[in-house]
Amino acid sequence: MNVLAIIGRAVLAMLAAIGRVTLFAIDAVSHLGRPPYYPREFAQALVQIGYFSLPVVGLTTIFTGGALALQIYAGGARFSAEAVVPQIVAIGMVRELGPVLVGLMIAARVTSSIAAEIATMKVTEQIDALITLSTNPAKYLTLPRVLAATVVMPFLVGVGDIIGIMGGYLVGVERLGFNAGTYLRNTIDFLEPLDVVSSLTKAAAFGFLAALMGCYFGMRSGRGAQGVGRATKSAVVAASVLILAANFVLTELFFSA
Amino acid sequence: MIELVDVHKAFGANTVLTGVSLTLRKGRSMVIIGGSGTGKSVLLKCVLGLVQPDKGAISVDGTDVTNLRQGTPERDAFLARFGMLFQGSALFDSLPVWQNVAFRLLRGSLKKPRAEARDIAIEKLRRVGLSSDVADLFPAELSGGMQKRVGLARAIATEPEIIFFDEPTTGLDPIMAGVINDLIRGIASEMGSTAMTITHDMSSVRAIADEVAMLHDGMIQWTGPASEMDSCGDPCVAQFIAGSAEGPIKTVR
Repeated sequence: MNVLAIIGRAVLAMLAAIGRVTLFAIDAVSHLGRPPYYPREFAQALVQIGYFSLPVVGLTTIFTGGALALQIYAGGARFSAEAVVPQIVAIGMVRELGPVLVGLMIAARVTSSIAAEIATMKVTEQIDALITLSTNPAKYLTLPRVLAATVVMPFLVGVGDIIGIMGGYLVGVERLGFNAGTYLRNTIDFLEPLDVVSSLTKAAAFGFLAALMGCYFGMRSGRGAQGVGRATKSAVVAASVLILAANFVLTELFFSA
Repeated sequence: MIELVDVHKAFGANTVLTGVSLTLRKGRSMVIIGGSGTGKSVLLKCVLGLVQPDKGAISVDGTDVTNLRQGTPERDAFLARFGMLFQGSALFDSLPVWQNVAFRLLRGSLKKPRAEARDIAIEKLRRVGLSSDVADLFPAELSGGMQKRVGLARAIATEPEIIFFDEPTTGLDPIMAGVINDLIRGIASEMGSTAMTITHDMSSVRAIADEVAMLHDGMIQWTGPASEMDSCGDPCVAQFIAGSAEGPIKTVR
């Protein structure tokens, strides 16, 4: 009986959490159609989330692309398929590793900073102050960040995909002896529009989730330094898990047929 | 006029307010006193709608504001009449001082051109005794006393009818506390605002209050003019004024 109660309680708690997050998201997004808007906050979020994430996106994807090329070459050699390196690097980076790794890096970099910032604002009564100054926190804090992350992530992932392929190219040409022209041609010929579309769609979804989790857990932060720490941790964990789960769902939708 | 009738609030098993009734007339300055953790802040937040009371009614100028929903025009209009100085100042640390002060003037229904908003901010900063040099600093670069003053400047930036002060002198040295008390008194009478202050600092009470209300055990134990506070005979008030460990207010909580 006790075990059932524990399972039941956990399920109910999870359903309640899903409901709260959904309502939170709907509330934030609904402000898209209701002025006033805060273009300055949106622009700031674009720069913070987009521009300043470029270095980490570049570093993550170039090493991944390089490692991928080495692995496929070594693995392919077992059945004389070394030549497929350009194709597999391209498809692996664009369809999976680009969006997922950039998404996870954004969860580490952006979700954590959003959650910590908003949680600190909550703890120091800045959120209450916003409300008393007739400013809706969902409109002023959540929407600009969520919207900016959703809009800018496809650009980041696009750049990441290209840099990742470049990492594979550098390793392929410099270390594995591929012909530069052939490598590029194989990459370009092999990629299909659907690969790129799926990559950028995933990117937008992951950006939305990453920023949403940061805002959600920040707004619900408990008191004190411990509250901020807990909010940040929960936000990053939730964003990472949701990104991986969404990746599976989107992959299923795009490629299962 | 602000009127609270039988306001109750509990957080889980922790009962904070158990039937607070209080009336504050227009243009008067009321100070609510009480020990730490007696729910003074919760009471202010109930009036502002930051905390939803479990039971009871709150009205401002005869209009019931207990259940105003966030984001509605009625609630915006209600909030536009208020200014609030928060205990920790609650300045936005991502914005420079002048944008903090002019926050309401830079966005929303009270929006003004940027240059004009900045001028008003600098004028308000001057009113609280800060020079225009601090306008472009960030809150983290200021001392606690200066942050309080900036918070005060922000609370009065739009010349609200009603101003709430949450522990305005906590954490300040006695001289700075005196300066803040004088500013609060001066500004409130100058603008004719209705003021509600919560504090446990008796020097604040004597400097600011027209009326005093004692909150203890979730209820108002005594309320009356500040001049009668010393001779009111209420044991809670007497203990609070004397700062004594003996009396109805328990020292171990």
